[in-house]
Amino acid sequence: MDMGGIDRREKLSATKLSVSQYVVAAVLVVLGCWLWRLQILGADQYRVLAEQNRVRKVPVLAPRGKIFDRYGRILVDNYPSVTCFLVREQQKQLETDLPLIAEGLHIPLEQIQATLRHFQYAPKYQPIPLKQDITPDEQAFIAAHRDDLPELETLDTERRLYPKDGFAAHLIGYVGEVSEADLNDERFAAYQPGDVVGKFGVEETYDQTLRGTDGSRDIIVNSHGKEVGLMGQELAIPGKDLHLSIDLDLQIAAERALEGKNGAIVAMDPHTGEILAMASRPAFDPNQFAVRLTSAYWKSLMDDKNHPMMNKAIQAQLPPGSTFKVVMTLAGLQENEAQDLRVGCNGGATFYGHFFGCDKHHGSVDIHNALPYSCDTFYYTLANKLGIETIARYAHSVGLGQKTGIDLPDEQAGIVPSEEWKLKTQHDKWYAGETISVGIGQGATQATPIQLARALSGIASGGVFVRPHVLLPGQIPSEQQSMIDQEFPGSGVAHISITPENWQIITDDMANVLSPIGTAAAAHLDGIDLAGKTGTADVVAGRQKNSSDKSTLPHSWFVGMTPRRNPDIVVAVLWEHGYWGNNSAMLAAQVIDTFVTKQRKGAGNLKMEEVAVPKIEAPKTVGSGDTVGAPSAE
Amino acid sequence: MIGSRFRDFDWMLLGIVMVLSVISVLEIRSATEMTKFHGFQQKQMVFLGVGLVGMFVFALVDYHRLLQISYWAYGVSIVSLLAVKVVGTKVLGARRWINLGGGIHFQPSEWVRLILILVAARFFWEVVENGRDLSWKDIGKAFLLIGVPLVLVLKEPDLGTSLTYLPVLVVGLFLGGIKWKQAGILILGLLLLVGVGLASGKLLKPYQRQRLTAFMNPDSDPQASGYQIRQSLIAVGSGGLWGKGQSKGTQTQGDFLPIPYTDFIFAAFCEEHGFIGAIGVLLLYFLILVRLIQNAQTAADPPGSLIVMGIVGVLLFQIAVNIGMCVGLMPVTGIPLPLMSYGGSSIIYMFLALGIVMNVRMRRFVN
Repeated sequence: MDMGGIDRREKLSATKLSVSQYVVAAVLVVLGCWLWRLQILGADQYRVLAEQNRVRKVPVLAPRGKIFDRYGRILVDNYPSVTCFLVREQQKQLETDLPLIAEGLHIPLEQIQATLRHFQYAPKYQPIPLKQDITPDEQAFIAAHRDDLPELETLDTERRLYPKDGFAAHLIGYVGEVSEADLNDERFAAYQPGDVVGKFGVEETYDQTLRGTDGSRDIIVNSHGKEVGLMGQELAIPGKDLHLSIDLDLQIAAERALEGKNGAIVAMDPHTGEILAMASRPAFDPNQFAVRLTSAYWKSLMDDKNHPMMNKAIQAQLPPGSTFKVVMTLAGLQENEAQDLRVGCNGGATFYGHFFGCDKHHGSVDIHNALPYSCDTFYYTLANKLGIETIARYAHSVGLGQKTGIDLPDEQAGIVPSEEWKLKTQHDKWYAGETISVGIGQGATQATPIQLARALSGIASGGVFVRPHVLLPGQIPSEQQSMIDQEFPGSGVAHISITPENWQIITDDMANVLSPIGTAAAAHLDGIDLAGKTGTADVVAGRQKNSSDKSTLPHSWFVGMTPRRNPDIVVAVLWEHGYWGNNSAMLAAQVIDTFVTKQRKGAGNLKMEEVAVPKIEAPKTVGSGDTVGAPSAE
Repeated sequence: MIGSRFRDFDWMLLGIVMVLSVISVLEIRSATEMTKFHGFQQKQMVFLGVGLVGMFVFALVDYHRLLQISYWAYGVSIVSLLAVKVVGTKVLGARRWINLGGGIHFQPSEWVRLILILVAARFFWEVVENGRDLSWKDIGKAFLLIGVPLVLVLKEPDLGTSLTYLPVLVVGLFLGGIKWKQAGILILGLLLLVGVGLASGKLLKPYQRQRLTAFMNPDSDPQASGYQIRQSLIAVGSGGLWGKGQSKGTQTQGDFLPIPYTDFIFAAFCEEHGFIGAIGVLLLYFLILVRLIQNAQTAADPPGSLIVMGIVGVLLFQIAVNIGMCVGLMPVTGIPLPLMSYGGSSIIYMFLALGIVMNVRMRRFVN
C-alpha cells in the first residue's frame, strides 16, 4: 500500500492525548479510594466475615452420666455412635446428590426429602441430622465421597444404652430431643433446639445432673467444608453418674414377678424412703426413644389400652380395696371405737336400707380377726360408727389423697372422699350410705401403689412416714436437692402418734393376714415375719367371679412387709385384673424372699455374674466392635 | 540497524511490565498451592517467555506493514470467529476455543482484539488524513467494523471479551474527532438500545442476567453469583492495610475465593498483600498506562498514536472492569486482569501489543 502521500507530521490532537492521562489517573484513583474503603475502613468487618467463613463451631457433646444401682451395678450405659448430618451451607445442587446419598446411607429417598422439607425453614447453618448410629459401611461411604458429597458430615456422639425388654424402663425413663414446647418453658432456658433431654423417670428429674455441659471445637474448614485445622476448643464436661437407691436384685425379682402380667410393684425401705425396686408393666423400650422413635412404635404405645407409658407404681389410681382396712383399723383403734367392737358376719349387713355384701359368713368378728379375714361386715359397721370425716382425717394423716413427693415426674395424688371433696368435685352432698363403701376402700377412694406402700409401712413403723425417693442421698448439691424437693411437693416426712397397744394390735393383725386363717395364707414364707394386707379393686359393679372375660376381673392388691413392726422393706403390688389379693401377695413374697435371703447372707449384693438383668446390647458402630459392657449373665 | 533501533526500545516500560509479571507469577503460585492447579505459575512463566519473544519479533516488524495487512487480517478474524462457532471446543457451555492439537487451545477472540486495534487505527487514520470531520457515515462504518466481531464473540457467548472491543471503538471515535453533539446522540441511542434489549430479555443470557442481578444486590442469592462477589469483597476487605501474607490468605487458600488465579487474582493479591500491595499494583498500572500514552504522544504519525491509544483504551478498560469486579464496583463479566491473571492467550496478546508499542516508539524519529 502506498503511504507516500500521507503527511506524517500531522499529529493527533495533543490535548486529547493529555486528557487521556487524566482519565487513566481518575479511574485508578477511584479504584484506590474504593480499596481504601474496603481494606482500611471495612477491614475489621471483613475480617470477622472471613473468620466466620473458615471457622466452624462443631459441638462436642458431653457424654451423659451413667446410672447405677445402689451397689454400683450399671443400669444405664452409653455407647459411642456416629451420626450423619447434612450441611446445606455451601451446597448448590443438593437435589441431584440425594439419590446417591439415599443409596449410600440406606435411607429411602422419600425419607430424606421429607427430612429436608421438615427443616426447610431452619437456618442454613443448622446441620440436618440424616441418620443416627451409622454403620462402618456407611462411614466408609461418606469418607469415600468427601469431594463429591461435601455436604455429608459425621459427628461422634454417645448414645444411651438402656436395658432390654423395658427393664426398669418407667423408673429410668428415656431421653429425646427437646421439644419446641419445652423450649418456650423457662425451665429449659439453657437448652438449644436439637439438644437431648431427659423426658421421663430419673432421666427427666435429674437431667441437669446427668447431662453435663457440651463443649465445642472451632475447626478451620475450606469452602467445601473439609476440616483443615483446629483453632481452639472448649472441652465438654461429662454428666455426673448417679447411683439410685434401687437394688438390682430386688428389681430383677420384681420384674420377674410381673412377667406376663400388667400392673406394678414397688419396694421401699420404710426407714429411709429409699425405693429398692420399681417395676411397671406393660413396659416400653427406651432404646427406641434414644435412637429414633418411629411413629409406628409411638402409635402402638399410645394405642395400647394397657398404658405401657404409664408408671403404674406412682400413676395408677385405683380403689385400694381391702388394703384400706389397715387405715380403718388405725382410725377405729385410735378413736377407741374398734377395741370392743364385735360384729356377727352373715355375708353382709344392711345400712340405710341398702344391703352391703361380704365374701363369706365370718361369724363373730372382732378387731383381732377382722383384718386377717378381711371381713367387710366388720368394717362397714366400723365405718358407720366413725363417719366419713374421721375416716378422711386418718386417710389424709397417712398420706392418702396427696402425692408422696417421690422424685419422679407426674406422680398422681389419688382420692380420699369426704363431704368437702364431694361438694367440691360433684357439687352434691355426702350420703351416709357412701361412707359404708369407703370403709372397705371402695367407692370413690383411689390410691397409688407408692401411696399404699408408704401408708401401711408408716403405720407398721409406729406412725413414722417417710418421703420416697429413688436417688441415694448425698450425690447432688443440697441447693439442687431442695430445688428438686420443691419441684415434687407431697406429704413428705410425717409423724403421727399411735399408742403402743394399738400399734401392736394392727401389726399383729397384718401378720395374721399371712397366717393360716388370713386371706394371704398361701403367700406365707417359712421363717420370715411377713405382714401385710390384701385388697381387691372392683373393675365393674359386682364382681364377675366366673366371667371368662379377664378385663372384668377385679384388680388385685397386696402391700406386704417384713418384719411386722418397724419393717425393713415394704412391697406394694398391683396386679391389674389379678383377681384376689392373695395372687398379688404371692408376687410380693417373691421380692421379699429375695430381700431376706440377701439380708441373711449378709451380702450387700450378689456378684455381678449372679445378676440376670436382661442383656443390653449396643448397635454395631465403628469403634464399638465389642459391645458396651452391660450387666449381663446368661 | 537492529542494534541501534533497540537503543530506542522502551526498556523502562518493559521493566515495569516485568515487575508486574513477577508479582503475577508469585500470586498464581500462592493461589494454586493448595489446589489441583498447583504449578500453574510455571506455565505462566512459559507464556511470559513466549510473549517476550513475540514482543521482540513484533517490535521489529514495521507497524505500517501491519496496518497494510490489517484489512486482510480482519477478514481472517471474522472467519476464525465463525470457525469457533462450528469447530470450537465447548467449555462450560461456551464455544470460545479452537483446539489446535498437542494440548494447545487457541482463543481467537483475544487476537481479534489486536487486529481490531490495527484496523481501527487504519480506519480512523484514513479519516484524519483527509482532514475532514467525522461524518455519520464514518461513524456507521466504524460501528460495523467493531460491531460484527463483537456480536460474534458475544454469541459464543463471551460477554467479557466482546466488551473489551468497545474501548477500541470509543478511543477511535474520540481521537478520530467525534463531535460532542454526535457523541451525545450516540450515547443516548445506545442507552435506549441496551434498555430495550434488556427489557426484551434477549440481550443477555440467563446467567449473565443473574450475574447482573447479583451485582446489584449481592445478598439476593448468596450461593451463586452473589457468592463470588461476596467472597471477593471479604478477601479484599479482610486483607487490611498490610495483608495476611504470601500464601496466608484464608479466603484464597480455603478455596472460598472463586478462581483466585485468573479472574479474581487481584482479590487474592489484596487479601495477602493488603492495601499497600494493592496500591502498589495500581501504581504499576498507572506507570505503564502513562508510559504508553507518552509513546502515543511521541509517535511519528497518527496511526502510530492511534494504535498505542487503542492498546491503552483496552488495557484501562480491562483493569477498571476486573479490579472493579473484585472490589464490587462492577458485575462479574469474566474479564481477566492484564499481566496479572493466569492465561496464555491473555499474556501473549498483551506482549504482542507491547511489541507493537515498542515498534511505534522505535520509529518515532524515522523519516
